[in-house]
Amino acid sequence: MSDLTRRQMSLRIALLFNGFVGAFLAIPVVRYLLSPVTRGGNKGYDRWISLGGVDQFPAGQTRLATYRNPIANASDGETAEIPCWVRNIDGTKFQVFAINCAHLGCPVRWFPQSRLFMCPCHGGAYYEDGARASGPPERGLFQYPFQVLNGKLQIQAGELPTPGPSAANKDLINIRQTPCA
Amino acid sequence: MRLIRTAAKWLDDRLQLGAPIRSTMEHPIPRDTASWFYVFGSAAITVFALQVITGILLAMIYVPSASEAWNSLQILNHQISLGWFIRALHGWGCNFMLAIVLVHMVQVFLFGAYKFPRELTWIIGIFLLLMTLGMAFTGQVLRFDQDAYWGLGIGASISSRVPIVGPVLVKLLLGGPIIAGATLSRFFAFHVFVIPGLLIALVGLHVLLVLKVGVNEWPMPGRLVRRSDYVEKYHTLTHTDGVPFVPYGVWKDAVFSGLILLAIAACALYFGPFGPSGQPDPRVIQTAPRPDYFFLWLYALLSLLPPQLETPALLIGPAIALIVLLGLPFVSGEGEKHWRRRPIAVLTIVLIAVSLGTFNSMADHAPWSPVMDASTFAAISSKLLSGRTPLQIQGALVFQEKQCHNCHALGGTGGQRGPALDAVAVRLTGDQLVRQVLQGGGNMPAYGKNLNPAETTALVSFLQTLHPAGSAEANNASQGPVQP
Repeated sequence: MSDLTRRQMSLRIALLFNGFVGAFLAIPVVRYLLSPVTRGGNKGYDRWISLGGVDQFPAGQTRLATYRNPIANASDGETAEIPCWVRNIDGTKFQVFAINCAHLGCPVRWFPQSRLFMCPCHGGAYYEDGARASGPPERGLFQYPFQVLNGKLQIQAGELPTPGPSAANKDLINIRQTPCA
Repeated sequence: MRLIRTAAKWLDDRLQLGAPIRSTMEHPIPRDTASWFYVFGSAAITVFALQVITGILLAMIYVPSASEAWNSLQILNHQISLGWFIRALHGWGCNFMLAIVLVHMVQVFLFGAYKFPRELTWIIGIFLLLMTLGMAFTGQVLRFDQDAYWGLGIGASISSRVPIVGPVLVKLLLGGPIIAGATLSRFFAFHVFVIPGLLIALVGLHVLLVLKVGVNEWPMPGRLVRRSDYVEKYHTLTHTDGVPFVPYGVWKDAVFSGLILLAIAACALYFGPFGPSGQPDPRVIQTAPRPDYFFLWLYALLSLLPPQLETPALLIGPAIALIVLLGLPFVSGEGEKHWRRRPIAVLTIVLIAVSLGTFNSMADHAPWSPVMDASTFAAISSKLLSGRTPLQIQGALVFQEKQCHNCHALGGTGGQRGPALDAVAVRLTGDQLVRQVLQGGGNMPAYGKNLNPAETTALVSFLQTLHPAGSAEANNASQGPVQP
């Protein structure tokens, strides 16, 4: 009887030991899995990216610009080159819109004749200032924070803008409240 | 021959699998279940096996890297001998697998097979359906083209709407803050390791349960399921009027599976592989992303739901559907199995089928999307222009130049986002037309800032000519002469 108890005890100790080892190994595994969310995995994604000289964006026009994902690496291929719409309102004020529709992220196209952005997926439409015009989007186009430095237009656009409560949306609210640079 | 028998005996002495395999093959099934209605589960497993084999073959060439995936698909399509055919088999295998899994589920539901004691078989089946859908979505992403790239954006936008954890979910889904190489790599891991591993394990459990609790007997109106005596009755059924699964039941399974494989091969040969469409280059924005057919209904639903209902429907809808499906065998675990005595069950299936069919067929021509190039390719018919004043013709020019045609059809061409305008002058007076154009309303953007007064006048004078011959223009009754 005492022999059996000792074996049961040994089994319990062995299981406990395995539990400890498992928990110890789980820490790096979980941290590895969460790396897309933790800061370390995406260092520098919010850095300023240049869209080129301000003179490429004539006053009163909306033009397509592209930038390279600030944390791109070789295996990203063409997905690292991302477009956005730059609106030069009057030569001094700008708006930089994400290409992604605020409904479900499809690429919106600018139609200078009707001065509308239209989405090919579910029929969302926006006015030239990015405000919602019609269709399923619940809000206007996403805008990237921008600054003009040494004659270059720079934006912060390392994150895919999504309609949920993401960081990009908070930026948008700040932009709306502060006058453009 | 003797050598084979000796070798087989030598193996079986060590493995000792012969007896259990024989008893499994010969397990008794109710005589009526050796039926053509009972072949869908085995066909789903056969197609899954085809998917595993063709998937392994594709993985020998496919490069799961965002910079190389599209090129490796081109190599498969054009350079590797019969690479296109293996891709086509895998793509059509996916379509057939989803269709068979759904038919299997409908059959099981209508035959009451989810009732006591097969609740767990049904529940595992629900998870198998979810994983099959997961395989379809992740597989569509591995075909790394424009549709895959923007489809990922749609997936991320939907995930972002989950309260509180939305932004975290987006980053976990994409493997970072933006769609990039890491996104494809993790979808590859899910499509090739995680989901297939779970699928194999759950299919094993699903089949084990069919063997342990027995295949559902052919339902008879009036033969009720009761927890108290069902097992005993089923035992009597299989042991007094039962037949061995092999060969009575299995030959129909084998014939149907063979036919399905032939059908997949025929589709693969005739229609070829799916895509890839354009390169996954986000700079190419002249694209209209569409999901594969099994998610078309969702694409339609997302276009047609009122905006404020969309997030609740996206987040709560699937949760309710899952709870209903999982709870079904516990809520209605007893009673009638036959579909003739279960009108609500039949109506539910008809309603779901009609809804999905309607949404899918609407998604086929997507009337909610503006036709992006209608103003350049869809000309206004000369019939609508002949005999018009210069102002009205100028209005037709404005109509075309301001891209009204992208959303409004005229003479059968153009978009369907807004109403067709062939008879708009019958519905709206001149003043109402001006108001609608300048201020928008309904689903129409306001054009007040984009049209100068001359353009507006011309456009409205053209629109006022749009009424069928013989029908009068709309007029404002309050401004007309008072009739005595």
